[in-house]
Amino acid sequence: MAITVRVDIVSADHAVMGGEATFVVVPTKMGELGITPRHTQLLSELKAGEVRVTDAKGVVSLFFVSGGVIEVQPHAITILADSALREEDARALEMIEEEARLKALESRIEIGTRETDYFRLRGAVEAEERLKWIEGIRGSARHSSQ
Amino acid sequence: MAGTKEIRTQIKSIQNTRKITKAMEMVAASKMRKAQENMQATRPYLDKIRVVISNLSKAHPEYVHPFMVERTVKRVGLILVTTDRGLCGGLNVNLFRHVLRTMQGWSESNVEIDVCAIGSKGVAFVKRGAFNPVAEITGLGDRPRFVKVQGAVKTLLDSFEAGKLDEVWVARNEFVNSMTQKPNLVRVLPITPEAVTAQQHHWDYIYEPESKDVLDLLLKRFVAASVHQATVENVACEMSARRIAMKNATDNAGDLIGSLKLKYNKARQAAITQEIAEIVSGAAAVG
Repeated sequence: MAITVRVDIVSADHAVMGGEATFVVVPTKMGELGITPRHTQLLSELKAGEVRVTDAKGVVSLFFVSGGVIEVQPHAITILADSALREEDARALEMIEEEARLKALESRIEIGTRETDYFRLRGAVEAEERLKWIEGIRGSARHSSQ
Repeated sequence: MAGTKEIRTQIKSIQNTRKITKAMEMVAASKMRKAQENMQATRPYLDKIRVVISNLSKAHPEYVHPFMVERTVKRVGLILVTTDRGLCGGLNVNLFRHVLRTMQGWSESNVEIDVCAIGSKGVAFVKRGAFNPVAEITGLGDRPRFVKVQGAVKTLLDSFEAGKLDEVWVARNEFVNSMTQKPNLVRVLPITPEAVTAQQHHWDYIYEPESKDVLDLLLKRFVAASVHQATVENVACEMSARRIAMKNATDNAGDLIGSLKLKYNKARQAAITQEIAEIVSGAAAVG
């Protein structure tokens, strides 16, 4: 049996996944990072992007995280995401609604550059990344079906 | 017939009130279920982040973040989590009473207090008292968003970092079960994970990009997550407290209506008896 590592992905409002994996790729501030089981302890900042988790059977599941922190211990990986989205959930989302959400966020940014707007700005950037990611996985699904 | 009409209108109005309280009870009951689910859903994040922080305390970091250092207390920040609406029994009042007791202790030892109020009731409370309000959030709704909480918490975090505050506390209601809510105060800053007992072998994390940046982010998230959890839990408390309060109100209205009906019937009966007596005595006089 392949060596596995426990992976937990939690976002601020719910637990997204928990399970064993043989390989995990996360988007850190410094670039993409691939982690195999028994990796040394690591704490890193995540940026908005795709998390790929390969399980013992070799099946890859995709997630989108909008930033957060990852903690790696030799036998456990914890991804503390600000918000996270599963691939299957992303496919079920209505594209138009997502676009409208992004527009709404962008329109609110212009109000000013006060400190509180930092969160809005970041939210909009993350929403844009998210939209791109959703488009991306849908695009690849179309290719494979052809 | 004196009084019967008045009693009848009184019964009517209490019946209407009962309808309203009954409806509120049912609304609160369904919202309570959702709020409880919500509370369960946000818990994993806080649990995991707590695990990471306790791991962190076992490591031997080269850099100690200011959030983890104890200082002599001269000024504290208090985050007061309350509801936006009333009609939820003694939920807020109990919390205020609890908080005031602690505040008194602080004042006696010359500790100044900055208050960040979450929820309209808390904002009103802070305005009534002679406290120093620094931030307020209202209208979080039934599903408080993490980002909204982050914004308000940031002001307190910044003053803690700048050394203006030496401790930050959260006052909120703890959801024991749907019948019981317990007001309590917990300290969120500085963060002191349980003391490490056995000295493990020396190890430290690899930090990317910098230990300071990562720790900063992690600890700030932790505080925000704690406050967020408190607000989510408070919604569950609010809904269960309101359900109980409205149930009691509905029951009381029922009792009132019962006793008024009895009074009404007695008055009606008395009027009829009197009328009969008048007729009978009238007939007797004629005959």
